[in-house]
Amino acid sequence: MSDTAAHEEPELIQLLTPEGELKEHPDYPLDISAEEIRALYRDLVLVRRVDSEAVSLQRQGELGLWASLLGQEAAQIGSGRALRDKDMAFPSYREHGVAWCRGIEPKELLGMFRGVTNGGWDPHEQGFHLYTIVIGSQTLHATGYAMGVQRDGAVGEDGTAVISYFGDGATSQGDTNEAFNFASVNNAPVVFFCQNNQWAISEPLERQARVPIYRRAAGFGFPGVRVDGNDVLACLAVTRAALDNARSGNGPTLVEAFTYRMGAHTTNDDPTRYRDAAELDEWKAKDPILRVRRYLELNGLADEAFFTAIDEEADKVGERVRTECRSMPDPEPLDIFHEVYAEPNVHIDRQRSEFADYLASFEDAGAEGGR
Amino acid sequence: MGTNLTIGKAINAGLRAAMEHDPKVLVMGEDVGRLGGVFRVTDGLHKDFGADRVIDTPLAESGIVGTAIGMALRGYRPVVEIQFDGFFFPAANQTFTQLAKMRRRSAGKLSMPLVMRIPYGGGIGAVEHHSESPEAYFQHTAGLRVVSVANPEDAYWMIQQAIRSDDPVIFLEPKRRYYEKAEVDTEASLQEVTPLNSARIARSGTDCTLLAYGPMVKTALQAAEADTDHSIEVIDVRSLSPVDYDTINASVKRTGRLVIAHEATLTGGPGAEIAARVTEECFYHLESPVIRVAAFDTPYPQSRLEEYYLPDLDRVLDGVDRAFAY
Repeated sequence: MSDTAAHEEPELIQLLTPEGELKEHPDYPLDISAEEIRALYRDLVLVRRVDSEAVSLQRQGELGLWASLLGQEAAQIGSGRALRDKDMAFPSYREHGVAWCRGIEPKELLGMFRGVTNGGWDPHEQGFHLYTIVIGSQTLHATGYAMGVQRDGAVGEDGTAVISYFGDGATSQGDTNEAFNFASVNNAPVVFFCQNNQWAISEPLERQARVPIYRRAAGFGFPGVRVDGNDVLACLAVTRAALDNARSGNGPTLVEAFTYRMGAHTTNDDPTRYRDAAELDEWKAKDPILRVRRYLELNGLADEAFFTAIDEEADKVGERVRTECRSMPDPEPLDIFHEVYAEPNVHIDRQRSEFADYLASFEDAGAEGGR
Repeated sequence: MGTNLTIGKAINAGLRAAMEHDPKVLVMGEDVGRLGGVFRVTDGLHKDFGADRVIDTPLAESGIVGTAIGMALRGYRPVVEIQFDGFFFPAANQTFTQLAKMRRRSAGKLSMPLVMRIPYGGGIGAVEHHSESPEAYFQHTAGLRVVSVANPEDAYWMIQQAIRSDDPVIFLEPKRRYYEKAEVDTEASLQEVTPLNSARIARSGTDCTLLAYGPMVKTALQAAEADTDHSIEVIDVRSLSPVDYDTINASVKRTGRLVIAHEATLTGGPGAEIAARVTEECFYHLESPVIRVAAFDTPYPQSRLEEYYLPDLDRVLDGVDRAFAY
């Protein structure tokens, strides 16, 4: 068995090194102002704060679960900021940074993990579909949506692009591979954005793939590229190019953002059971936020007051997230029957009515002194 | 000799016993290896039996079941874990079109000694797709055996019986009861313990039969204790396909009333099938219609509402009251 493909060193697109030095790449020129880089820094810091607050809220029993994005901020902010308003994103369940870029309020995300809602936001309004938990399902939805964009004549100059987020684990699913193929044969305006965070719960990348993930695209007939997922500038440039390619009618691209899940899979997981702490230390040196700060400092593009102001803003965001989470009301019991069907349904109507009577019987019993 | 085990640990011990007994028994699934599964049901098996027999698969449920079918064709007895009920559905094609039909298609030349373990049911405050009760789909599918355990003793023995079966067995594990603990007689033999297809009378009574399985057995027993006005007989159905109507009908003929409780949705649920059958076979013994207490015909709600959605003690008692209203 030949292992050539597996052992060939893949190219990693990087525009900002972990040390904070800017690099040029001939295929991905990035025209970006200092102000825009400062804005990206702000996004990264605030999103990390939302995430760490959510982890704490889960520990305090305010959330049932939380899937932390720690370490993946650059992949999400870089790609999220590459999207235009009319573009459409199909997330998995960890895309809190992309949600932030699409204007989703953190409390909407928290509501789902608190168990008061299964979604909350309007996907059409926000250009951001609901979180999808069944692994890989959304890749087909994104592809179908993109096929709709084609039929609307919305591909071409100033066209609309679609992006689907998923992880390394999802590349094993049939749905994801079917999505690659549907997108390819239809030349659909979709970007497949894989955050390869190296771990699918306890299973390392080797359990999912023998070749670098981005190379799978070649077999389906469209380009694939691996980008440093901890480099917000490279993620921005590469995703923007892929989206532009899609929106102008040149078909799909697979972007593999090479990153690392610095936290647990979710708050229920204990990574010490299956991975080495040394691996985490290695990735801490490649932290996605630190390198932007270094760049800004090295080049005199931000002073201490700027960083202090961002930290203070993060404190405020954290406080807001805590307050909003704790004050989120539980839904009414009869909410169970809401929006199951578009049209009236006799089963639902009957069960709602019976359940309302049942609940009322406790109130009556309470008034009479109880059962 | 007895050992005090939780349901989760009892399944683990049963898997271990089956693997020790037969080198053809394999465990396959997502995170079942080094992690020991997200509920730790396969804890320690990877260490003791190695990666050839405890296989961390790629993240692909159709792949897991499809390759397990291939393993079975090659003479192995795979025990696959589907991590959560809601993640079974990507494997539906392999299960319904291939696994369930293989024996019949091959006129008996091919057997499918495959066990599919699925942690199922609600009540753990989870996000979407982690609280489903899909048993009716399995019960409706000819060619599958479907069982659910409700206590550590059954957990220990039924997993071994399921693995010995030459037919595919859907083995439903009540995830919110994984930590329930009890004595398990691990010294008995597979021949002595209650057969896999049999229901079990969990509590004797004379006025009404209350039927449950999996996570609802505990609730049913609590309801029987709570109802001081009536003598309630509780039956743990254990096997949903085939159903042990001998035990159920005999009980109904004694008590004259039947209430069926499950977490699966009402319409087309296991209760509907059992009610129809009991009505046919015990019609002249029934003092009241068969009453079902089930989840509503809606998608599983957000977790803050699950206490209303899942049949609880009060809803089961309400069902019993309805049976006595006739």
